[in-house]
Amino acid sequence: MGHNVLGSSASRMMKSGQNMNATTPDTGDLALEGGITPLQAVPFRLANGAELAEVNVGWQAYGALNEDRSNVILLCHALTGDQYAAAPHPITGKPGWWDDLVGSGKIFDTDRFYVICLNVLGSCLGTTGPRDANPATNDPYGLDFPVLTIGDMVRVQAAFLEQIGIDQIFCVVGGSMGGMQVLEWTTSFPERVFSAIPIATAARHSAQNIAFHEVGRQAIMADPNWQGGAYYNTGKRPDAGLSVARMAAHITYLSETGLHVKFGRELQDRDAITYGFDADFQIESYLRYQGSTFVDRFDANSYLYITRAMDYFDIAADHGGVLANAWRDTQTRFCVISFTSDWLFPTSESRDVVRALNAAGADVSFVEIESDKGHDSFLLDVPEFHDILQGFLAASAQRRGV
Amino acid sequence: MSLKPHNGAAGIRADLLEISRMVEPGSRVLDVGCGNGELLDILVNERGADARGLELSREGVNASVARGLSVVQGNADTDLVDYPTDGFDYVILSQTLQAMRDTRECLRQLLRIGRRGIVSFPNFGFWRVRMKLMLGGRMPDTETLDLPWYNTPNIHLCTIRDFVALCDDLGITIEQGYTYTAGGKLVPYGSLWRANVFGDQGLFVLSYDDDVRVATDVAGESPAT
Repeated sequence: MGHNVLGSSASRMMKSGQNMNATTPDTGDLALEGGITPLQAVPFRLANGAELAEVNVGWQAYGALNEDRSNVILLCHALTGDQYAAAPHPITGKPGWWDDLVGSGKIFDTDRFYVICLNVLGSCLGTTGPRDANPATNDPYGLDFPVLTIGDMVRVQAAFLEQIGIDQIFCVVGGSMGGMQVLEWTTSFPERVFSAIPIATAARHSAQNIAFHEVGRQAIMADPNWQGGAYYNTGKRPDAGLSVARMAAHITYLSETGLHVKFGRELQDRDAITYGFDADFQIESYLRYQGSTFVDRFDANSYLYITRAMDYFDIAADHGGVLANAWRDTQTRFCVISFTSDWLFPTSESRDVVRALNAAGADVSFVEIESDKGHDSFLLDVPEFHDILQGFLAASAQRRGV
Repeated sequence: MSLKPHNGAAGIRADLLEISRMVEPGSRVLDVGCGNGELLDILVNERGADARGLELSREGVNASVARGLSVVQGNADTDLVDYPTDGFDYVILSQTLQAMRDTRECLRQLLRIGRRGIVSFPNFGFWRVRMKLMLGGRMPDTETLDLPWYNTPNIHLCTIRDFVALCDDLGITIEQGYTYTAGGKLVPYGSLWRANVFGDQGLFVLSYDDDVRVATDVAGESPAT
């Protein structure tokens, strides 16, 4: 028989109002627990030496723990993702970002696994970030929030999982920045991770990717409504800047072929060009829509902090400049996945990880999947990708005896 | 993991079964050019091996990983250097040697990574091949070499005699040698002349001469480490 980690009293507690920014989502038959839970391991010391006196963790979990707690799958979300992997988003109401993959009888089978996802440190969906109140002043942190790293995010996750009695993870999986967290887990807590699936990611953020992030940050900071990051109680938000940041980033998640197939040079609700700066083209209209909806669900300062954390990510630098050293003697089973049309985290980045894992003698599979959907392929319906996940998980489960 | 007696199940290539029997149960094995993972499957499930694969074709890799095998998509010509010295008990190169760009380097890498290498390849000295060329005047096509000359990945074909000479040059010891007859029967390697004329394919278990091994260990550190 499975059981929930917090027991019924904790579940009640969360239903009765711990969850401050969301109504409890309706998840149908899916066994679900989660909410916003204070981290007990505080003050929490970050890589830059700063300490957070209070940390809350926003999380969602599906399925039930087995007796020996060996069936935990940890999903790590991407830059603007959140813990609502398979539950409707509390603000947009849209299905979870991996709704197709998480659930009863699905690839991350909640009848079999305890699937948990935590909002990352610095974000804005429940886990402490720059929008939250600084206990020292009771005002929102804004730019007083410490600059954090992917390692900090993962250490918060590890501390939180420990707090709810989970010290072994059957599989940690995630794409993009989620993949960075996966890699970080396997180097920071190798003994806790049985298997790992880093998807469309890299062991370090490339110069090109830092460049794109810098464009986004500058767009936010150039918006007069940003006000040096102290916009929370002013009635104004840097929506224009954040929207432009999202538009630029969104292009990097797609591919040239994908854009051509989906939009081409098609015009938006008109028969001819207008000789003006309206969204004549469908692609313009699409990007504007992406930007405008994003600002309703994401905090501009969180965007600054999390993009920075990705920029600082460099596993080799943490291991004497030699990537293979990061995984020396690792017992974790890896499945590294990339997509042909992903130019943000191209296959060459995954191959560098695989090369290092091979040099370390790790048990590693590496698959490059054909897709014209660009970086976002890991969030989309790509059957071959799903087959790989299924096969790898099944074989890992057999070995682990789950 | 239990060692099930294999049942000669239909669809399993006979040469793969033979190769799997040469691997000590429970060994660490790397299958270079593992195709869609048939041999790996046998090694893992019937020999209890800790077996990994390296395969160039994306389709082959995807099929293998989807059936739960540990396979990396990559190019043996460039990626073998990434593997650690003595990382495996056996490195297998089944019907792949003739497609390698740098055959000698490939053999060196094989025996650096593995304590033993198991190599099989089509024998260009096989009597049918000789007859096709001599009497027909055309590039031979046999059951083993079934692609036309302009559309074959086989860029470095050799005879069993060529291969034995190369091993000698490289200081490689042939521990065991076999040939497949045209009927697909594996027979122990008798005389070199006989093997080179009547063997459709050669199958060899290789290791380094002890003095060569020491020298390569010093020079062969992977650049990635």
